[in-house]
Amino acid sequence: MEAFGELVLATLGDTLRDVLPIAGILFGFQLLVLRERIPNLRRVLLGFVYVLLGLALFLVGLEKALFPLGKLMAVQLTDPAFIIDGPDDLLGWDDYYWVYLFAAAIGFATTIAEPSLIAVALKAHQVSGGAITTSGLRVAVAIGVAIGIALGAFRIVTGTPLHYYIVSGYVLVIIQTVYAPRMIVALAYDSGGVTTSTVTVPLVTALGLGLASTVPGRSAILDGFGLIAFASLFPIMSVMGYAQLSEWRARRATWARKQGE
Amino acid sequence: MRQQLLAFLRSVLGSVRDLAPIVVVVAFFQLAVLRQPLPNLGGLLFGTLLVVLGLTLFIRGLELGLFPIGEAMAYAFARKGSVTWLLLFAFALGFGTTVAEPALIAVADEAAAVAAGAGFIADSAPAREDYAHWLRITVALSVGFAIIVGVLRILRGWPIHWVIIAGYVGVVVMTEFAPQEIVGIAYDSGGVTTSTITVPLVTALGVGLASSIRGRNPMTDGFGLIAFASLTPMIFVMAFGMIY
Repeated sequence: MEAFGELVLATLGDTLRDVLPIAGILFGFQLLVLRERIPNLRRVLLGFVYVLLGLALFLVGLEKALFPLGKLMAVQLTDPAFIIDGPDDLLGWDDYYWVYLFAAAIGFATTIAEPSLIAVALKAHQVSGGAITTSGLRVAVAIGVAIGIALGAFRIVTGTPLHYYIVSGYVLVIIQTVYAPRMIVALAYDSGGVTTSTVTVPLVTALGLGLASTVPGRSAILDGFGLIAFASLFPIMSVMGYAQLSEWRARRATWARKQGE
Repeated sequence: MRQQLLAFLRSVLGSVRDLAPIVVVVAFFQLAVLRQPLPNLGGLLFGTLLVVLGLTLFIRGLELGLFPIGEAMAYAFARKGSVTWLLLFAFALGFGTTVAEPALIAVADEAAAVAAGAGFIADSAPAREDYAHWLRITVALSVGFAIIVGVLRILRGWPIHWVIIAGYVGVVVMTEFAPQEIVGIAYDSGGVTTSTITVPLVTALGVGLASSIRGRNPMTDGFGLIAFASLTPMIFVMAFGMIY
């Protein structure tokens, strides 16, 4: 219990160190440059306290409960002893199916719980006047992350160069940008950056390092990176895809109605 | 009082729903795939309870604190009409929130280990610390620069895809010239710069600016700051790998 108290205090300290510079910049500019009173100052300060406390509890809880188990799982699933089912089985890329499945599932699940994505989804819902639903956007992003991390795991197993995937991803994003509805483009680009923070990064990094250190011929230092890059690229495509799909279905519905007349 | 309690319970329920997928995935793989019992069930449940409570508080704090102040400041800068101060604020926000970001510190330390392993720098603790320190400054500068470009884009109404495509071309060109060892870290550094507190603030700032300037649409112009903040670090870190 004592160790737990220390963990809470240490996390609170870390979060405070994260928040203080931001609060300093905000209040500094507000008082010195804008010279305006902050509207509802007490509410805003209370909000900051909530954010601070909430984030600290969130991190302590993850550190206590889910991270140790998730990281252990990543190591166990990538262990050759688990993957080899027969005694004379040579390891091929297709023997790692549980790893790909785990990568996709954990990518999806952690993205749904990612606080910064919740923040952007809330804003997008408000700004779009309800056209974009909070859960719709979050599921679209989570599907993108799932595909991205699974593909990233496949890349580590096969050892193909990272930049081939990233550059082809860019080409696809550019092509999609031309055809996607204009209102979604900026939001889609943003979804790439918000997916990877507090919840996703530690688990995904553990998976990448576990894979790179157990797959024969990979080095943890050179091949362990890159999963985060995948997780930031694929949501851009899935969010634009989601918008394209909704637009296409709406168009087909109007077309069907016209046919009926 | 009862209504407040009800609202609180509803948001707790929302957080439970947000967390449920992780619990299901972890339990499924542990029980069905690895075929092992869940260790320390009590600790697991207690930790999950903390996560639920934390998420609920965080979201309430967003609505009370971070969103309103981000938007209020965007409106205030728009009223003041000084582009210089606005850009200075944008830079400070980008640089200040990134330089102390814990995830970035972790990535910078790993990058120093890679650089030492590849023989770019001497394999000694001071050399590695120096490398990690300057790498962090580089990434923070790049995020400051990104928010400036993003704010300028909102002010001038440049279409976002041109700026992003220019950034992609920058990344691809730099990949060609940067040392192989730094590429993976550079790509990953784009994802770690935007922390949980920065994202809501920067989003509120962008949306607030776009709604207070005539002719701008908060949906098409307000978003995009985060996208820039995850793109420029890749370019800057690869440049850092070539120069350092």
